[in-house]
Amino acid sequence: MQAYYLKPPNVSWGLLFPLAWTGMFLIRSGQDSHSLLSVLPGMIALSVLFGTSSMLAVAVTFEKKAKAFERLLLSPIPLYLLMLAKTSGAVLFGMFNALVPVLLGFWFADLSGTDWGMAVPAVLLIAVVSTFLSLLLAILATEVFEVQTLSNFVRFPMIFLCGLFFPVSALPLFLQPISFLLPLTYGVDILHHAIGGEQLLPPAVDFSVLAGFCLLLFMLSLRSINKHWIG
Amino acid sequence: MMNIMTGAAIRARGLEKRFGDVRAVQGVDIEVAAGELFGFLGPNGAGKTTAMTMLTGLSRPDAGSIEIGGIDCSKNPKAAQHLIGVVPDESNLYPELNGFENLCFSGALYGMRRDERRRKASELLELFGLGAAASRKFSGYSKGMKRRLVIAAAIMHNPPLLFLDEPTSGIDVESSRMIRSLLSDLHRNGVTIFMTTHFIDEAERLCDRIAFIVNGLIVRTDTVERLLQPVHGRYALNVSFSDAAKVPLMDLERAFPLLEFHMLPGGELRVESGEALKTGALVRFLEEAGAEVTEAKKRVLSLEDVFVEITGIGAGHMQKEKEGRGRR
Repeated sequence: MQAYYLKPPNVSWGLLFPLAWTGMFLIRSGQDSHSLLSVLPGMIALSVLFGTSSMLAVAVTFEKKAKAFERLLLSPIPLYLLMLAKTSGAVLFGMFNALVPVLLGFWFADLSGTDWGMAVPAVLLIAVVSTFLSLLLAILATEVFEVQTLSNFVRFPMIFLCGLFFPVSALPLFLQPISFLLPLTYGVDILHHAIGGEQLLPPAVDFSVLAGFCLLLFMLSLRSINKHWIG
Repeated sequence: MMNIMTGAAIRARGLEKRFGDVRAVQGVDIEVAAGELFGFLGPNGAGKTTAMTMLTGLSRPDAGSIEIGGIDCSKNPKAAQHLIGVVPDESNLYPELNGFENLCFSGALYGMRRDERRRKASELLELFGLGAAASRKFSGYSKGMKRRLVIAAAIMHNPPLLFLDEPTSGIDVESSRMIRSLLSDLHRNGVTIFMTTHFIDEAERLCDRIAFIVNGLIVRTDTVERLLQPVHGRYALNVSFSDAAKVPLMDLERAFPLLEFHMLPGGELRVESGEALKTGALVRFLEEAGAEVTEAKKRVLSLEDVFVEITGIGAGHMQKEKEGRGRR
């Protein structure tokens, strides 16, 4: 925490960027509670996505450069446990980031109808899947800016394709299949369901697919570490 | 620190590692007995660090097998990591944490209890002369201090086997002395030590056995005593010339039949004998033959000469590496 949270790339991409988007949508929606509720799932997902991916890019890449990661690889802790521990910080940071739009939502809109029993696990799974996706990208890069650049190739399309601020059904037909290949689509769908908006799929399907993505991305990351860092 | 290993601490057979077309390690066999201080000696790029990363589980060999403390690590590099401590050639601690925090973190990685690692961290900081810097960030340490702390971190969990990659390279004399003294103490207490170095004198001083590695191949492995036998009690004189082409080698061999003459890379003449050399007569002969002598230096033959003889790598080459790494 003391090492990475205040590193410039994390501050700019992980904190300021989602804060700026959240502020932009708040201003755009004005006093219209319904309008705010429709974009709140997207704001939460955006905050989590950028928070986790920036944090992980900084933590893993800096540690690799400083060779401190090597010390972890030399310890008798199994690789999967090591990576789960490493990514848990980013997951927590992402969930903390989600509090910002939620608190603003409480202030400016009526969240009494929100199903928190569904929203909180959704935020957790979005944080986990975003973290593992970033981990996969971080393994391939050597510098923080490289990871951030690679991440942006994934993060920015997801803003438009995953139903964050307008429904997937509003996308051109040829783009809609791509949306269903992206894990964030399912997380945002659960949040829409929880906050009372339009949803694409039953929550059980969303949760299952999202969990499947988490497992798949984690396994791919471990395999990639074995190949690129230990091979 | 007791040695809990019996038999071979390290057994590696047929190790190979390729990076593209480059064969960094070629069919290397290593066997290190429990309690031994084993030196892996060779120039930069010889394959020392690559071999060590395979033995410590940081990289997978392309071929060959590895056993550490009797545990097969070929398929699972992590299987024996609880038995080893590793000191890499570059510092691998967290720059933002202080010395005490770094040591405690290292202890935690090996499952040490909180009170135990705090006590051990304090002990090791005092032992390594870092007590006053315990609460200073690692990034603020000098090179020598960093190296000492990295060694301290590697022995926090009392490993019976310690790997060190060029432990005294590029650091101040005081730190080097402290580290060598510590390694001797650890060795006396039964810790098995595997050390890579390109400092021949250091290997000669510390090691029980040494392997010479060049271009990824081990060219000789033996005890220091047996390696030194051919040069034990022999004397040498190194003579430099303004123009080495004028050295009358055949005339020298005829005039001084009891002496051995070798032209070294770089144009130096080395004269060897089992008795003390009479420099005056030799230099006069050379000057009269038209070879202008610029320097004549007497030496006692050492492991360095054995290394040059066996590997073909000039002493000057290793000296340049020593200087390049900033050894003082």
